[in-house]
Amino acid sequence: MFGKLSLESIPIHEPIIMGAVAAIALAAVLLLGGITYFKKWQYLWSEWITSVDHKKLGIMYFIVALVMLVRGFSDAIMMRSQQALAAGGSSGYLPPEHFDQIFTAHGVIMIFFVAMPMVIGLMNLVVPLQIGARDVAFPFLNNLSFWLFVAGVVLVNLSLFIGEFAKTGWLAYAPLSELKYSPDVGVDYWIWALQISGIGTTLTGINFFVTILKLRTKGMTMFRMPIFTWTSLCANVLIIASFPILTATIAMLTLDRYFGMHFFTNDFGGNMMLYVNLIWAWGHPEVYILILPAFGVFSEVTSTFSRKRLFGYTTMVWATVCITVLSFMVWLHHFFTMGAGANVNAFFGIMTMIIAIPTGVKIFNWLFTMFRGSIQFTSPVLWTLGFIVTFTLGGMTGVMLAIPGADFVLHNSLFVIAHFHNVIIGGVVFGMMAGLTYWFPKAFGFTLNEKWGKRSFWCWIIGFYMAFMPLYALSFFGAVRRMQSYADTSWQPLMILAWVGAVIILLGIACTIIQLYVSIRDRKQNLDVTGDPWDARTFEWSTASPAPFYNFAHLPETTGIDSFWEAKQKNGAEALLSQGPYEDIHMPKNTVAGPVIGILSIVLGFALIWHIWWLAALSGAGMFVAFLMRVFNDDIDYYVPAAEVERIEREHRERWARRDELEHTNRLEVRA
Amino acid sequence: MRRKSFTRAINTLLLITLPLLLAGCGSALLDSKGQIGQEQTRLILTVFGLMMIVVIPVIGMTFWFAIRYRRSNKNAVYQPEWAHSNAIEVAIWLIPCLIIAVLATLTWKTSHSLDPHKPIESDVAPMEIQVVSLDWKWLFIYPEQGIATVNEVAFPKDVPVRFRVTSGSVMNSFFIPHLGSQIYAMAGMDNDVHLIANEKGVYPGRSTNYSGSGFAGMTFDAHVTSEEAFDDWVENVRESADSLTFPKEYEALALPTRDVPVKYFSEISPRLYEDIIQSFHTGRDGDTSPNSHGDAPMSAEAAE
Repeated sequence: MFGKLSLESIPIHEPIIMGAVAAIALAAVLLLGGITYFKKWQYLWSEWITSVDHKKLGIMYFIVALVMLVRGFSDAIMMRSQQALAAGGSSGYLPPEHFDQIFTAHGVIMIFFVAMPMVIGLMNLVVPLQIGARDVAFPFLNNLSFWLFVAGVVLVNLSLFIGEFAKTGWLAYAPLSELKYSPDVGVDYWIWALQISGIGTTLTGINFFVTILKLRTKGMTMFRMPIFTWTSLCANVLIIASFPILTATIAMLTLDRYFGMHFFTNDFGGNMMLYVNLIWAWGHPEVYILILPAFGVFSEVTSTFSRKRLFGYTTMVWATVCITVLSFMVWLHHFFTMGAGANVNAFFGIMTMIIAIPTGVKIFNWLFTMFRGSIQFTSPVLWTLGFIVTFTLGGMTGVMLAIPGADFVLHNSLFVIAHFHNVIIGGVVFGMMAGLTYWFPKAFGFTLNEKWGKRSFWCWIIGFYMAFMPLYALSFFGAVRRMQSYADTSWQPLMILAWVGAVIILLGIACTIIQLYVSIRDRKQNLDVTGDPWDARTFEWSTASPAPFYNFAHLPETTGIDSFWEAKQKNGAEALLSQGPYEDIHMPKNTVAGPVIGILSIVLGFALIWHIWWLAALSGAGMFVAFLMRVFNDDIDYYVPAAEVERIEREHRERWARRDELEHTNRLEVRA
Repeated sequence: MRRKSFTRAINTLLLITLPLLLAGCGSALLDSKGQIGQEQTRLILTVFGLMMIVVIPVIGMTFWFAIRYRRSNKNAVYQPEWAHSNAIEVAIWLIPCLIIAVLATLTWKTSHSLDPHKPIESDVAPMEIQVVSLDWKWLFIYPEQGIATVNEVAFPKDVPVRFRVTSGSVMNSFFIPHLGSQIYAMAGMDNDVHLIANEKGVYPGRSTNYSGSGFAGMTFDAHVTSEEAFDDWVENVRESADSLTFPKEYEALALPTRDVPVKYFSEISPRLYEDIIQSFHTGRDGDTSPNSHGDAPMSAEAAE
C-alpha cells in the first residue's frame, strides 16, 4: 500500500534533524494560522498563487530563494562547524551519514533552489519591463514553471522529515548513485526534485527566449536591447541547450535505479565516465546561466550610478555571446584527472582559458564605464565593486585550475571549493544582491534601507575572504573536499578561521533580513513616487513603481540605447508621463492549472520516490487531466477597459505632481 | 589621492594573497618531494605570476576609478556621453589575448610533459605498483614481488614508479600530495600515473574523490626509503601469515569497512589486478568469477 514507506522512515532518533523539523513545523503552523486568522487565503489564491503576472512570479521566486538561502546556509555552517571540530582523531558532532547528506543538500539547494530562482526571479521581474512588453510570451507556462520549481523545493525539504537525502555529492556521480551503492531513497529524492524543477527551468528558458525575440517594443532592435536583457537572452539559450542534457542524464540514472538498466553501472557495459561527461556537459553551461544575468545586473548598476553610458556596448554584447558559445566547449576541465590523453586535456584547458578573454573584456568595460563617470556609492555599487575585485581573483584561480598540469594536484582539493565560491559568491550572490536592491522599488514602490544594505555588503565581503582564503591555503597542505574528519591537526586553526568567516556571512544574511524588515516598516519614508528613483536609463523606470499590472499604458518606443535617458534629458521626466487617450489593454487571465499541476507533481514525485505506484498513477493522471482542461479552456484572456487604465494612470500623474511632499527628504539623494 | 588609493589596493592584495604565501612553508604542494610535484609547483607559481599582470592593474584601477570619479569629487572630469574608444577597445581585447596566448602555449607543453600516463625518463629501471580502491581502503599489489598491502605503500627513492590504478567499487582518486599528480580509480578501467620520489620520508596519501561514508578514513602512508630499506620492508611483508587469493579472500577484503589498519599479504593470486578489472566485464557487477578471461581491460585513455 505505501511502497517502501513506513513509520521507520521518519528519523525520530536524530535530535538535530528533529529539532530542525520542529522549528520548520512551528514556522509553518504560524504562517498558515496567520493566513487563516487574517482571512488572506482568498487574496493569496487570486492575487499570487494563480497569478500569471511576471512581476508577482518574480517576487515569489525571490521569496522562496531567500528562504532556501537560510536552509542552504544552515547546511554550510554545520559543515564548517564539523570541520572546525573534527581534527586529529576527533569525529566532531556529525556522523558521516549525516555530514554526507549535508554537503550534498548544501550544493543542490544553493545551485538549484537559491541561485537559479534568484536569477530566474530577476529575469521575470525585469525583462518584460525592459523590452517594453506587457507580459511574457506564454504567461500560463510561466506560472507552471514556478510551481514545478516549488515542487522541487518541497521534495528536497521533505527528505529532511521522511527518509533521507542523497549522500553522493551534489552531482550524484555514478556508480555511487546507483542502486548497488546507494540503495536508500536519498538519491531518488535527488532525482525527482531535480527532474521536476528542471523541467520547469526548461519551460522558463523557452518562454523567455521567445519573449525576448518576439515581444520587443517598437524600434527595439537586438542591438538596442539593455544589457541585462542581452545576458538574460544568452542565459536562456544556455538553458534551452543544456537542461535537456540534465533531464536525459537523470532519466538514464532513473532507468538504472528503477528498471535495472545499465547506463552507468560498473558492468554490463555501463560506463560511469559517460555519466560524468554528460552531467558536466550540462553543469558547465549551468554556471554561465547563473553568472551571465549577474553580469547584466552589474552593467545596469554601473551605468546608472555612474550616470554615464555603458562603455563599449557592442563589445559587451559580443563578449556575452562568445561566453555563451564557449561555455559548451569546456566541460572536460572538471575531470582532467580521469585519465584522458594529453591532447584532449590540453584542448579543453586552452578552451577554458579562452573564456577568460571575453570575461576580462567585460571587466574592463565596467571599469571604463566608471572612468569619467559620476559614481554614487549606493549599496548596489558596493556590491559591484566587491564583485570586480573578488571575481578577478576567482577568475585567476579558475585559470590555474584550467591548466591540466596544475589541476592534477589541485583537483578535488579545497582549492576547487574556494575557487567556485569565489566566483559564485563574488559573482552570482553579489550580483543578485545588487539586482535585488536596484529593482526592489520597481516591484514594491519603495526603496530598501541603505544602511542595512551596506552592512550586509561589508559582512558578506569580509566573511567571504575569511571563510575561503583559508581553504585556498589548506589545499596546498593536501586538504580535500567533503572530509567528515581529518588526521592533521595543523589544519585546524585555518578551519576555525573559515568557521569565523562563515559566522560573519551569517551576520550578512541577518543584515539583509533586518534590512527587509526596516524597509517595510519605514516604507512611507522611502516611497518611490516617480517610478524612477535612481534617475536610470532603461524602460522599466518609465512606468510607475510598483509597475501597474499591464506594465505600460502605451507601449514605449525606442530610438537607440538608453533612449529613456535621452528623452528625459531632452524633454524632462514630466513630459514622459503617459497621456490619454487610452485604449483597452489585452491581458491574460489567472490560471488554476499551474498550481494544480505543481501540487500534483509533488505527490507524483513523492509516490515515485517511495514506490507507491497507485498514487503515482493517480497523480500522473490528475496532472494530465489538469493539463487537458487548460488546453481546452478558451476563457484565458480579457480586456482592461480604457477607463480603468486612465484611472490608474491619472493616479500616478497626481502622485508624481506631489512627489516632493510624498518622498521624505532623508532618502537617498540620487536626483542630483 | 591617487597615491592613497594605490597603497590601499596593494594592502588589500597583500591581505588576500597572504594565506597563499604563508602556505609555502611546510606545504605538501609547494614543498614537493618528487620531480613531478616540483614541476607542478613551478607551473602553479609561473601561472600565478603571469595572472598578476592582469589582476593587479584591474584591482588597482577598480579602486582608483571608484575613488577618483566619486560624485562628490567635483575636480574629476565627467563625460556622460563618452562610451567608446577604439584604442581602449583594442587594448582590452589584445592584452588578455596575449596573456592567454602565453598561457595556452604553457598549457599545451605542460599537458604533455606532465601527462600522468607518460613514463618518467630515468637511468633507473621503473617499478610497477598496482593500486585498487576498495570501500574504504587502498589495496596495493606488487606484481614483481608477489605481495600486497592495505593502506601502506613503500618504494625506494629516485626510482620511477608506475602506479596502475583501478577500483573494486565506486570512483575514487589516488593522490599523494607531496609527490604530484592524482588519477581516478574506476571499476573495470586500467588507469595509470607515473610518479617519482626524490627524498626519503613518509608522505600521507588519500582518495580525493568522495566515495561514500568511509571516505574520510580512506588514507594511507607512502614510505619512501633507500633500496636496502625497501628490500627489508618487502621481507617484512613476506613474513605475514595472510594471503590474498582471488576471488575468495579478495571478496572478503572488498566488503565495506572503515578506518582500516595496515595489512600485509605474503602471497597473492598471480593475476590479482587483472582479475579484479576483469570481474567487471563479466556481467556480474563485480561479483567475481574465476574463469573470466574475455576481452582485455579497457584503458581510460582509449575510452576517451
